[in-house]
Amino acid sequence: MATQAGNLLKLDTRVSKRSNMLLEQSTAKPRRDKVGLGAFAFLLAEIIRYSQNRVLGIQDLEAKMNEIGKRVGIRVFELMMWREKSVHRETRVLQTLVFINTVVWRALFEKQADSLGRSTENDDEYMITDNEPAVLKYISVPKEMSSFSPGAFLAGIVEAIAECCQCPARVTSHLVPAEGMPLKTVILLKFDKEVMDREKRLDSGK
Amino acid sequence: MSTTYYFAIVGATDSPLYEAEFGIHRAENTHLHQFVVHAALDLVEDALFLTNACYLKTVDKYNDWNVSAYVTPSNVRLMLLHEARSEDSIRSFFTDCHEFYIKTLMNPFYEPNSPILSQAFDTKINTLAKKYLL
Repeated sequence: MATQAGNLLKLDTRVSKRSNMLLEQSTAKPRRDKVGLGAFAFLLAEIIRYSQNRVLGIQDLEAKMNEIGKRVGIRVFELMMWREKSVHRETRVLQTLVFINTVVWRALFEKQADSLGRSTENDDEYMITDNEPAVLKYISVPKEMSSFSPGAFLAGIVEAIAECCQCPARVTSHLVPAEGMPLKTVILLKFDKEVMDREKRLDSGK
Repeated sequence: MSTTYYFAIVGATDSPLYEAEFGIHRAENTHLHQFVVHAALDLVEDALFLTNACYLKTVDKYNDWNVSAYVTPSNVRLMLLHEARSEDSIRSFFTDCHEFYIKTLMNPFYEPNSPILSQAFDTKINTLAKKYLL
């Protein structure tokens, strides 16, 4: 019994020696922070193929990609906020969207998102457009799954960030091919009712 | 009066991710510390929308103790129960704890909002406490 406990204790210190490395690393922007598009496209294609074997439909596949995006989103958001000049929190809808459009997109894809708009029909819908998302360049969707939008991964990232900023939203991505931009993707955010109510209150309060 | 501190990290879903006590502490007060900090969570939520800053100074007082809070951009709360103490040292303590939290979060095997069980993290927080609080 004593030796068993002794062995377990040894295992713990071995683990902590390795995890020491994590806490020693710097949070500043490293010099070589780019990953090859080919490598990432390969990984993403494999993720999609892997998920396809474990889901029962297009909705499920989009939900799974969304979940994977969420795990990326929360980490990207915290890190980008930390690297900003002044660490602060976002609680308003518009500021959150502007932050996603500029800082997050620049950190992930080296360019800003192409446009940010508000839907005319519904007050609580906002749209982020990306004319050519680099990560989706090598994903091709067969005709029988034409309603699947590979941008579900990006939608997951945006959804995680919206949730962190206290503005939970239902986020979906839609493929809207346009002149010369076959991969144009629109990410639609539909904010919850309580978020819109809060926005109205804060706006009228000012 | 002994200088005791109780530090807790509360996740976005209101579950505690990490707890630590610094300084001389008496065993029977631990539960009271937890209770006071838990009660202060509501006041943190109130203060959340009034400012964009991360460091919300002292949100609650209980007899001699003050509860200070720091909220990270992803709504994870770092709470510290302390007696009267200079704000600057507490702010630096919180900022460094935030940095260690981010590093822990970067671990792809760490599930966000799950308890932080790393021995190394514990050691680091204790070192910070010695540096800024004790």
